[in-house]
Amino acid sequence: MNRQVIGWIVGIAALIALPFVHRDPYHLHLLVLILIWSFAYTSWSIMGRFGLVSLGHGGFMGIGAYVTALLWNHVGISPWIGIPLSMVTAGVLALIVAYPCFRFRITGHYFVLVTLALSGIVLQVITATRDWTGGSLGYTPQRAGSGRSLFALQFDDKITWYLIALGVWLVGLVVWRWIDHSMSRHAMEAISEDEDAAAAAGVNVTAEKLKITLISALMTALAGALYCQYQMFISPDTVSGIAVSLQMVFAVIVGGVYVSLGPTIGAIITILLAEFLRIGFGTKAVGWDNLVYGILLVLFIIFLPKGILGSVLDKFRTQPKVPQRS
Amino acid sequence: MQAFLDVFDIYFLEAVINGILLGGVLALLALGLNLIFGVIDVTWICYAELVMIGMYGMYYLVQYYHLPYWAAAPLVILLVALLGAALHFLVIAPLLTAPPINQLLATGGVLFILQSFATVAFGIDFRNLGIRLPVLALGDMNFSYARLLSFGAALIGMIGVYLFMTKTFTGTAIRAIAQDRQIMSLMGVDAKRIYLITSAIGGGLAGLAACLLVLQYDVHPFVGLSFGPVTFLICVLGGLGNFIGGFVAAFVFAEIISLGGLFSDLEWGYVLAFAFFIIMMFIRPAGLLARRS
Repeated sequence: MNRQVIGWIVGIAALIALPFVHRDPYHLHLLVLILIWSFAYTSWSIMGRFGLVSLGHGGFMGIGAYVTALLWNHVGISPWIGIPLSMVTAGVLALIVAYPCFRFRITGHYFVLVTLALSGIVLQVITATRDWTGGSLGYTPQRAGSGRSLFALQFDDKITWYLIALGVWLVGLVVWRWIDHSMSRHAMEAISEDEDAAAAAGVNVTAEKLKITLISALMTALAGALYCQYQMFISPDTVSGIAVSLQMVFAVIVGGVYVSLGPTIGAIITILLAEFLRIGFGTKAVGWDNLVYGILLVLFIIFLPKGILGSVLDKFRTQPKVPQRS
Repeated sequence: MQAFLDVFDIYFLEAVINGILLGGVLALLALGLNLIFGVIDVTWICYAELVMIGMYGMYYLVQYYHLPYWAAAPLVILLVALLGAALHFLVIAPLLTAPPINQLLATGGVLFILQSFATVAFGIDFRNLGIRLPVLALGDMNFSYARLLSFGAALIGMIGVYLFMTKTFTGTAIRAIAQDRQIMSLMGVDAKRIYLITSAIGGGLAGLAACLLVLQYDVHPFVGLSFGPVTFLICVLGGLGNFIGGFVAAFVFAEIISLGGLFSDLEWGYVLAFAFFIIMMFIRPAGLLARRS
């Protein structure tokens, strides 16, 4: 038991206890949003930290949200089955697009633009099938009779949602750590340096990249489904498309791509900033949050490419981080 | 039955020709982006947002300052060219040695900035120039003059860039840098200056596209998203930095969108075009016209 582990245990215990001590619904709402988006950003950073910059994650998130909601409304399939189905859909799509990409060595700019096409397709399909999905007007999962229903995964109290989001967020961090401590990490780092050299050293380049992409896509779809179940309203612009993909990239880079809590810090900063501007300036604030995001994003990439948390941790650490195994 | 076929063919022909007209403007946009990619090795994700700013520029010059269209257009082209140079100077130049992904993401940040700047400064209303150009009726087919004019101006713009690139010293230097980045500075070409000029030309092309698009479409802060992604896909389809490939790909894409829209909603035209793009990436990853290695 080193200090780090104790810190984590205390922190998690405090987070679990929080809603029973502080019941303000608005604050809980913000925390739930932060946790769900942190999970989505963490999913993105699993790929992004290895230089696999994807702008297709808006697409995976949209699939997670819409497939779950459509199955519930039109077929009556409970989200308990619908969410895994939506994750499988996103995973299959990720494999269909990613396999040829990796097989044919599509990297760098090209990979970014192929994945951009993917999120463009998902957005356009959602808009085009407006008879089913409500198009750009958005979509609402049908309410199950009373306010709370375990079968429909609908709860009207914030505490339940807070605990669900907290659990999922922790799972995301565990996956992040698991990859961070696995052989995949070394393989992926080698690949991002030099694919040919990695292949020559015995790394199965395509398989390693596919594994990481699949994990990332599945988690992103789960984030989308959770967002849909929590908000009970989705629209193509809030869960899919290029803007959402860029939002993920932005938050992760601000927080820090190479540290496990970086995406979470990014989510806290972006969501609090948006709320602060919304409350401070009301409807006049429309656009200001993105203006600040954009300026911060450019400044961060130029001056602090490791993100806030990454840079702060660097200051405290004298030697480069060695993976600790205890 | 015969009458039905006739009608069908007319619509089909109309869609084909409209596709070609749309392709002209898309080719202009692709040319600007390709130029910047080929020379500076950077993708401006915010390229369509520069066009959006240019469209607002046209709107304000024509509607508020009552300039005639032909006087406002050069001002807007100049404005967006300056914007392009500023973008290079402020954002790209400090990142020239950073990994290419960082440059791409930084311009993603500029996309946010320009979009929200337009939201804050101009509001989210849809605005148009209020210029209604007549419609040309050719047999049973209708073509708007706006599209014909755009096509013609786009072609002239592209020919102008071609002449500049082949006939002037600066143009030759730009093409040389696109071929070999390292050696040119040894040959006495000031790479920084060339980069700045290229960015200005790229911006100017975006400005020209803005002047043309504003005739056909309403301007709002998110208008860039409706043709920005298409432009990137065209450039990649043609091979990033390959001018002729981008030109061909623009027309292929425009036809798919136009014909796809004929048989169903316009969105399906885009879906088809995007799907075609992904498939083509696997068949010809280096672009339509690339030689197979």
